[in-house]
Amino acid sequence: MAVRPTAIAVPVGRASRDGLVAAVVRFARKKPLGAAGGVLMLVMLVTAVFADVLQTHDPIATNAAYTLGAPNAEHWLGTDHLGRDIYSRIVHGARVSLVVSVASTLLGSVLGGIIGLLSGYVGGKSDLVTQRVLDILQGLPLLVLALVMSAALGPAIHNVIIAISIPIVPRAARVIRASVLSIRETQYVEAARALGVRHVRIAFRHILPNTIGPFIVLCTAQLGSAILVEATLSFLTLGVPEPYPSWGRMLSVSAAEYAQKAPHLVLFPGVAISLVVFGSNLLGDALRDTLDPRLRGS
Amino acid sequence: MKTYLAQRLVVALLTLLGMSAVIFALLRLAPGDIVDILFSTAGYVSPAEKQALMKELGIDQPYWVQYLDWLRQIAVGDLGKSYRYDLPAWQLIKPLVPVTLELAALSILFAVLIGVPTGVVSAVRQDTALDYALRVFSLAGLSMPAFWLGMVIILGLVTWFAWIPPLSYVSPAENFKLHAVQFLLPALAVGYRSSALIMRITRSSLLEVMREDYIRTAWAKGQTGRVVIWRHALKNAMLPVVTIIGIEFAFLIGGLVVTETVFNLPGVARFLVQAILWRDYPVVQNLVMFIAIVVILSNLLVDMLYGVLDPRVRYGG
Repeated sequence: MAVRPTAIAVPVGRASRDGLVAAVVRFARKKPLGAAGGVLMLVMLVTAVFADVLQTHDPIATNAAYTLGAPNAEHWLGTDHLGRDIYSRIVHGARVSLVVSVASTLLGSVLGGIIGLLSGYVGGKSDLVTQRVLDILQGLPLLVLALVMSAALGPAIHNVIIAISIPIVPRAARVIRASVLSIRETQYVEAARALGVRHVRIAFRHILPNTIGPFIVLCTAQLGSAILVEATLSFLTLGVPEPYPSWGRMLSVSAAEYAQKAPHLVLFPGVAISLVVFGSNLLGDALRDTLDPRLRGS
Repeated sequence: MKTYLAQRLVVALLTLLGMSAVIFALLRLAPGDIVDILFSTAGYVSPAEKQALMKELGIDQPYWVQYLDWLRQIAVGDLGKSYRYDLPAWQLIKPLVPVTLELAALSILFAVLIGVPTGVVSAVRQDTALDYALRVFSLAGLSMPAFWLGMVIILGLVTWFAWIPPLSYVSPAENFKLHAVQFLLPALAVGYRSSALIMRITRSSLLEVMREDYIRTAWAKGQTGRVVIWRHALKNAMLPVVTIIGIEFAFLIGGLVVTETVFNLPGVARFLVQAILWRDYPVVQNLVMFIAIVVILSNLLVDMLYGVLDPRVRYGG
């Protein structure tokens, strides 16, 4: 019987076998902290999607009559120095934060992933050179690199996305390369090679699907970091420009000055950032324990 | 040991060279050149004047000449000139270095003081409520933006102690107590954040070491838990921790950038932010390179320390 190369089974994650719901329930039971993180992320997603429904005021409408107002029944979390409703700005800030962090994480991880896949699969001298180049990019502090890039590219939402994604590339390439190196030596890859499957096909059809575990772990971990970098860039007024309500920019006020007049101005946006990043860290940790076989049991 | 060091040194130099190319290219991405930016506030400028300035800055040269010129400047330690202040950049940066060094040293100290003990306790009490609590505590540190943590500290001081930390730099000679407080607070904010990674590595590395045969032997000899953990296990578990502290340094600089801004400390990191906002690109270029050199040097130092701590590295080449 002739075995066609395409007929070789490509093992994918366990989740697809017995339904997504069952897998999620099992995950939540085994990793309650991770599930809590997942819920936090889900809340952010829902908030971002339904921001227009959840808002109580126009997030960019100013109100000179009620500036630095304390939280009350009308303005749940108070108002800022221009009289804008902080609750509505935080709700819309979730959208900005989510769009920027997801886009930059995906861009950086996919780009880095492809580099890591090719570098790991081809090996040899080109792998060595790629690794050294990645060393260079990774050697610069992540925030400093993003800071300089976003300053050089100019303040616009797509530039912020690029600036945050570039420092992710070497980190993603490392992770994917490491898992490609181990998958490359497995028997089913050897079998595919023996059957004369072309290299590009082996790399993308047989190896790539099996790096999905580390890839998901990587993306979750980088997502939190991307949210933090976006907040920091916006805080330094180098991130998402006005009038987008960004959590980081909302914090771009003097804490000492507002501490007595309006502490809510300093507190709430920071709580939003911290909760979401905390959620992505919790989820990322739990996913790593579950999906990364090297760490299983440790 | 010698070949090991020589190898490390060559790699470090090559990495620095690569970094310089990346930094140079990055700053050429900026739309418009420095001359346009310098003159944008002045209104009309004669083309002849513009030409003269371009020549003075050397940006009428092709990129590769500019790059080589810049490399030569760095090699002789010339940090160029700040166009905002019309002063040599080094003259501006020099008084800022001790501030950043003091803050960085204190932050690392806090990070180790928080990270190592919590990591040890967490490993010893693995999977207990205490372990979970400590892990959540450290993850929470990793989740808070460093600048916000600083702001909350200021907020807390104002609310509970009705005391606002000094808004301008206080030198130790002037008022040592105030100076100490001024540095300890931001160092605590940065250190807590950085302690998370140290805590995790300490925990996992200690857990690994605790499974080794020689630890079982130590237990079998009837030694107390304290001796086994702090004398036998921790010594070997510290190796990866030392590496992480080195890597942490790069991470720390990111934290300093915003913390110095929040606490209004006149350090190198705050100056970098200001230079970026003023688009004083020659200074930015040199400062980022300066940071790159510091990071590479600290990594090199860790490599050397590693050789001292672990004889296997020394002889393995």
